[in-house]
Amino acid sequence: MPDQLLFAMEVTLNGLMAGVLYALVALGFVLIFKASGIFNYAQGVMALFAAATLVGIMDGQVPFSHLINATLGTDLHHFGWHVPALLAILVTVVVMIVLAWLVQRLVMRHLVNQEPIILFMATIGLAYFLEGLSDLMWGSEIKTLDVGLPQGINETIDQITYDMFGYGFFIDNLDIVATVIAGILVIALMAFNQYTREGRALRAVADDHQAALSVGISLNFVWVLVWSLAGFVALVAGVMWGAKSGVQFSLSLIALKALPVLMLGGFTSIPGAIVGGLIIGVGEKLFEFLLGPALGGATENWFAYVLALVFLVFRPQGLFGEKIIERV
Amino acid sequence: MKLRLTTLALGAVMAAGPVMADLVFPSLSYRTGAYAANGIPFADGYEDYFTLLNERDGGIGGVPVRVIECETGYNTEKGVECYESTKGEGSLVYQPLSTGITYQLIPKATADGIPVHSMGYGRTSAKNGEVFRNIFNYPANYWDGASVAIKHLLEQNGGDLSGKKIALVYHNSAYGKEPIRTLEELGKKHGYELMLLPVDHPGQEQKSQWLQVRRERPDYVIMYGWGVMNSVAIQEAVNIRFPMENFIGIWWSGSENDVLPAGAGADGYKALTFHNLGDDYPLYDDLRKYVVDAGKAAGAGDQLGTALYNRGMYAAMLAAEAAKTAQEIHGTKDITPAMMRDGMEALVIDEAKMESLGLPNFGPEFAASCENHGGDGRGAVAQWDAEAGEWNMITDYIDTDQEVISALIEEDSSAYASENNITPGCD
Repeated sequence: MPDQLLFAMEVTLNGLMAGVLYALVALGFVLIFKASGIFNYAQGVMALFAAATLVGIMDGQVPFSHLINATLGTDLHHFGWHVPALLAILVTVVVMIVLAWLVQRLVMRHLVNQEPIILFMATIGLAYFLEGLSDLMWGSEIKTLDVGLPQGINETIDQITYDMFGYGFFIDNLDIVATVIAGILVIALMAFNQYTREGRALRAVADDHQAALSVGISLNFVWVLVWSLAGFVALVAGVMWGAKSGVQFSLSLIALKALPVLMLGGFTSIPGAIVGGLIIGVGEKLFEFLLGPALGGATENWFAYVLALVFLVFRPQGLFGEKIIERV
Repeated sequence: MKLRLTTLALGAVMAAGPVMADLVFPSLSYRTGAYAANGIPFADGYEDYFTLLNERDGGIGGVPVRVIECETGYNTEKGVECYESTKGEGSLVYQPLSTGITYQLIPKATADGIPVHSMGYGRTSAKNGEVFRNIFNYPANYWDGASVAIKHLLEQNGGDLSGKKIALVYHNSAYGKEPIRTLEELGKKHGYELMLLPVDHPGQEQKSQWLQVRRERPDYVIMYGWGVMNSVAIQEAVNIRFPMENFIGIWWSGSENDVLPAGAGADGYKALTFHNLGDDYPLYDDLRKYVVDAGKAAGAGDQLGTALYNRGMYAAMLAAEAAKTAQEIHGTKDITPAMMRDGMEALVIDEAKMESLGLPNFGPEFAASCENHGGDGRGAVAQWDAEAGEWNMITDYIDTDQEVISALIEEDSSAYASENNITPGCD
């Protein structure tokens, strides 16, 4: 088999894996948009906040220690214990649920019936607030996140492909784990939507707020639920991306990678986020491989948006989005 | 009554004698935003050094130092606002701490007669003091960095790099592209092949670049990165099992923040530096005694000895020594920005001076002049010891290839001079 074809196969596989990571971020956007029509600008920052909280809890860090020390003249930094990863994840999930409740109670509840642009602006404010809160609680230094996820080349795939083609493919173990987790997450979310009472309430609210209210569904509860789910997805995305780069401010920028995925897959479809992620991942990686060298490289960021725009021209609602028909 | 009060006030002022103004050193810091993790240690080091001078020596030449901190968030517009809002305070020298801000301040500061010190960043050809009269970039610049890396590789390969392949993984910005021309020219001279791998901002996703490294197997990788790009690149290099000792980052890719996320895998990674590392210097004893233990440290006081803290402290030390030189030249303790410029231009750093400051072998020796605002461009190579969690300098300060670099600086600064109607010279 020609080398270029082998390389293209390796690039495609890695593109699929990268796409799953993009989809993980996009999922959080979809959950909130589907249930409340809000484009949550703060989703990327929620990933940063969740990952920083997880590391802080694992390391036994005293939250707000800089503030406490500066105010009270103390020298507190750590509690002196280390929390096991699984327990720390559970505590972080609780923190994200509390955050969701606070967001609903203090912000979103007061903005019911406002224009979507107002809600969007509120999430921009929320994003900047969370950025500051994260720094204040856990400090802005880069943190190492070690929850025991494997990283590095997968030896089995390397060996198998080497035996088959004479060239071992590189697939990162972390990407494989991310793929499995994303798969489980999507199945769980879809099952939750289909088979639980709360999931059906969520779908009802997504279809028609007023109709849902009229049959006794609590909007407040559904929105706390959906922000909590988005917080959980943000935690998963934060862990996966944070394991690669450390937990640092730029985790909040992963939202940039989710936007073309949403444009392509649609803002209201969970499977759309996954398929969109895969198409963007493969598309940008193959384009970089085939044409990047001729164009000076670094094509991935802009090509993802070009690809999404091309899809938009033919399907403005995205591949899996709901077609909006407004009759006058 | 009115006359009596006026007389009393006048008398009080006269009794107080001549009052010297503070020496003002603005600190354009970034403690917030995407690069806060790098901005905090530098700002702490910069401020702590001046606090030490105030607490231990009563300032510089007996005149207290006042540091005005202004938050830029590493944002060029905010950086310019900081400059505009602080220049009227009698600011003696600006450290813009960003290549973007530096480019904006070059014409402004030149017009205002205030010196700018862009240490290891900014416009490389500002080394030519005949054109950039108010801009200084000693002790080393981006092009020196490229040359130090190649000199180190030459030394490792018995002086011969012919047939070798060297990849440059760079931030796809004006900063990241700085070394390309130098590396190309050095490639012609030494016979190596240069492979260019740009990474778009912010650099969280670099799979394509590192798959290409894996496919094309360069012998060495040089990195000009910043922020998250550094830690992701090092992690990806670990993932593809690229030998860490063949991976060299510029000094902006050589802080603890860049290597710690990759854990033990980053062991052996190299980075360039133009100052020494760690905290095993007599000056640090004073810093602890007069600043940290006295509760006067900037920030949390937990950054002493980190690479970027040392860089900030070194920048402050150079500024303080230039101010002393200015006081000596002009015979006054109360110096102006114009006098500070003269002091910066006449600054001589030798080992005797560094030892007297409690910083033996901390930085390269150099002597600035009107023609040379960039020093000798010497830099060293440091290597990360993951187990000990510390950087170790593994070379002395290496002389750079001024034959190649000087020609490039002359070319670029001449172009700037003709574009801006500047007549080069030392009058």
